[in-house]
Amino acid sequence: MDKRALGPGVVEFTVAAPLIARKARAGQFVVVRAHERGERIPLTLADWDSERGTITLVVQEVGKSTRELGEEFAVGDAIRDVAGPLGTPSEIMAYGTVVCVGGGVGIAPIYPIARALHDAGNEVIAIAGARTKELLFWLDRLGQVSDQLIVTTDDGSFGRRGLVTEPLREILASRKVDHVWAIGPAIMMKFCTQVCRELGVPITVSLNSIMIDGTGMCGGCRVEVEGQARFACVDGPEFPGDLVNWDLLLARLGTFKDEERCALERYLAAKEVAR
Amino acid sequence: MIRPTQVPMREQDPKARIHNFDEVPLGYTPDEALEEAARCLQCKNAPCVKGCPVNVDIPKFIREIREGDFRGAIATIKETNNLPAICGRVCPQETQCQAPCTLGRRFEPVAIGRLERFVADWEYANGVGVPRVGDPTGFRVAVIGSGPAGLTCAADLRRLGHAVTVFEALHEPGGVLMYGIPEFRLPKRIVGAEIEGLHRMGVEIQVNVVVGRTLTIDELLADGYAAAFVGTGAGLPKFLGVAGENLIGIYSANEFLTRVNLMRAYLFPEYDTPVKIGRTVAVVGGGNVAMDAARTALRLGAERVMILYRRTEAEMPARAEEVHHAKEEGIEFHTLVNPVRFLGENGRVVGVECIRMELGEPDESGRRRPVPVAGSNFVLPVDTAVIAIGNDPHPLIPRTTPGLQVAREGTIVADEDGCTSREDVFAGGDIVTGAATVISAMGAGKRAAHAIHRYLATGRSGRKPGPPIAVA
Ligand SMILES: Cc1cc2nc3c(=O)[nH]c(=O)nc-3n(C[C@H](O)[C@H](O)[C@H](O)COP(=O)(O)OP(=O)(O)OC[C@H]3O[C@@H](n4cnc5c(N)ncnc54)[C@H](O)[C@@H]3O)c2cc1C
Ligand SMILES: Cc1cc2nc3c(=O)[nH]c(=O)nc-3n(C[C@H](O)[C@H](O)[C@H](O)COP(=O)(O)OP(=O)(O)OC[C@H]3O[C@@H](n4cnc5c(N)ncnc54)[C@H](O)[C@@H]3O)c2cc1C
Ligand code: SF4
Ligand code: SF4
Ligand code: FES
Repeated sequence: MDKRALGPGVVEFTVAAPLIARKARAGQFVVVRAHERGERIPLTLADWDSERGTITLVVQEVGKSTRELGEEFAVGDAIRDVAGPLGTPSEIMAYGTVVCVGGGVGIAPIYPIARALHDAGNEVIAIAGARTKELLFWLDRLGQVSDQLIVTTDDGSFGRRGLVTEPLREILASRKVDHVWAIGPAIMMKFCTQVCRELGVPITVSLNSIMIDGTGMCGGCRVEVEGQARFACVDGPEFPGDLVNWDLLLARLGTFKDEERCALERYLAAKEVAR
Repeated sequence: MIRPTQVPMREQDPKARIHNFDEVPLGYTPDEALEEAARCLQCKNAPCVKGCPVNVDIPKFIREIREGDFRGAIATIKETNNLPAICGRVCPQETQCQAPCTLGRRFEPVAIGRLERFVADWEYANGVGVPRVGDPTGFRVAVIGSGPAGLTCAADLRRLGHAVTVFEALHEPGGVLMYGIPEFRLPKRIVGAEIEGLHRMGVEIQVNVVVGRTLTIDELLADGYAAAFVGTGAGLPKFLGVAGENLIGIYSANEFLTRVNLMRAYLFPEYDTPVKIGRTVAVVGGGNVAMDAARTALRLGAERVMILYRRTEAEMPARAEEVHHAKEEGIEFHTLVNPVRFLGENGRVVGVECIRMELGEPDESGRRRPVPVAGSNFVLPVDTAVIAIGNDPHPLIPRTTPGLQVAREGTIVADEDGCTSREDVFAGGDIVTGAATVISAMGAGKRAAHAIHRYLATGRSGRKPGPPIAVA
């Protein structure tokens, strides 16, 4: 395993997983369990190399499991379990002009999709956004697979100041766009969907509901799309944004808030003691 | 004088056990086993054997117990049943081997399951032999899924001398035995010991391989596997399809039990996976899965746990012993009720609206069909609900294996021997029958191993000629 910091709390891992690397397609993910007592967490395939047999994951440290990955795992360590590739691949075809929006750590999963769309002959306009300059990464890579790259930061420390929805709205209002792809925090995808709805452009989003098995066995990842319960891990994770019940997704993401806080505090306390 | 009743098995006191995940029945001592074995009439026609899906030679193993030959008794059972410690615990004996027991016509039937468990546990305590493995045949077989069907098929193929690799989607092998049936009913060390036995026989187990995603069956066959057995189970949870079912606090039984069993959420925060349990829990359903979910909820600290079932207790598919245990532990049984919607506040479930049911005409299954009583709606306040109304077959393999015939219910079409519409692909267990039992899945795995053996020897699967292959 190889590891590289991309910014504060954002880490890139390259993991040997030849079977997964051989099969990986844009839009798919893996489920990772870091150690014997760990939980299963889904992470998107941000890149892969079928010849070297490696996959690349970009992890944002938000709670115990992701912080542990970022802080406790070093180059050469093995992640206990990696299963995949899971989920239905992105529907890549010649749309015409596509805007790809990546917010925060969502810049990583949008990259292989932009690349596949670009390879399929689409004109790709990429928008990458983050809170601040230090949290931006892979802009060079994204630039290579897009015809135009727009960067935003909430605080204006790099690129345009503001949210990704602003350039998105301007582009959709000023020229013909055939499709939009957005990956990032649920709330960002929700607002991107609103913009697309107003301007009549179809949008695909990647839903990050809470998962366990990632194979369709537990139903914990269920989301509501067009009023129907769907399993994000097999029917998705990508769905048409305008059919998603966003409030339900946002509520369900908070299911285990108290337990997550407890796990994180306990982890940090143990670290403190160790120091 | 024959003792009219079964020698009781000591159990953890209900008051104590609802606070722990330790096993409930404690097993027989040798003396108790001898006393129970003495009740067997050693019938010549042995009706009990016909009641067992894998035809364990019951009178013989009970005779061996009587003679104090426990080693012989376990060998007898293992001739047809690889997993006696598991079957002795989870088989629905009252509808299988014990139902036709001659003694049962006048008294309680012989406690065959408890005796089976006794000798299996005795073997664990006294050293388990590794079964002899046949001379290498040069063939490799892929077994997909590591539930009872896959484990049994793998063991038997290995005994016949074939090289076997088991591919399992999850990070631990065992299927429902690992992720579904709780620790207090089937300790995971027992499942672990069986899997260790397979390792020692030289079976290779690859976890984290989702066949259909990581690899397809055709890729495995192209890669040197001469045949494949599909034992992927019925793992797709059903939901009621009523309003409010996606509120926070409503789990499928699979999610709830997977969190607790496979991921050890009952040990959170020692283990990282959480589970949230409220004070008042409704479990919808009347099978083993519902009993397991209800009893698990109680152990996680719920104050009140209710089973909501739309028929009467007589129609409940759960094992009698589990219903009995659940009642002892204080689970409330609300029968002839059906949820019509869930009520929420701030996205969380706060109640379930139910309607009362009455039994009407018998349906296809012969059970009287429950029909709603108009206007009888009422609300039960709950803060957690578990939907345990069954599972459908997993669609991934059928979808990614061209030429594999699938029935309307999503099950793979296969005959008694596990032969499918494809000569080189065999299937058995819940993926063929729909959700059934551990022992029937094992029986299917065993028959398929022999069919695969025939196929490897002759190049023909022995599939009955001509469509349609009957759905088992
Ligand atoms: C399909 C998919 C792809 C994803 N790809 C990436 C990625 O490439 N990079 C990345 O950094 N993150 C990704 N995530 C999110 C990542 O899985 C969560 O951040 C991680 O599980 C949080 O675990 P934790 O213990 O660190 O945090 P916790 O403190 O446990 O949780 C923080 C928040 O993360 C969410 N979360 C918690 N557990 C899970 C779970 N088992 N599954 C999903 N979400 C959960 C909840 O909303 C929770 O409030 C993806 C999620 C999904 C569903
Ligand atoms: C909670 C619960 C309690 C039960 N209690 C009892 C009981 O008391 N007595 C009884 O007799 N029966 C009981 N049953 C039923 C019994 O467990 C099942 O009938 C039996 O396990 C079926 O065995 P199987 O081998 O067909 O499938 P499973 O046990 O379901 O195993 C299938 C395995 O295949 C794996 N798999 C699925 N898809 C793939 C794939 N694409 N690639 C690789 N691997 C895959 C799964 O992860 C799983 O490990 C219970 C079931 C449940 C859920
Ligand atoms: S395997 Fe099950 S049915 Fe057969 S004898 Fe044993 S307990 Fe009875
Ligand atoms: S039917 Fe009952 S009494 Fe007769 S041999 Fe079988 S177990 Fe013994
Ligand atoms: S994560 Fe379990 S069904 Fe999707």
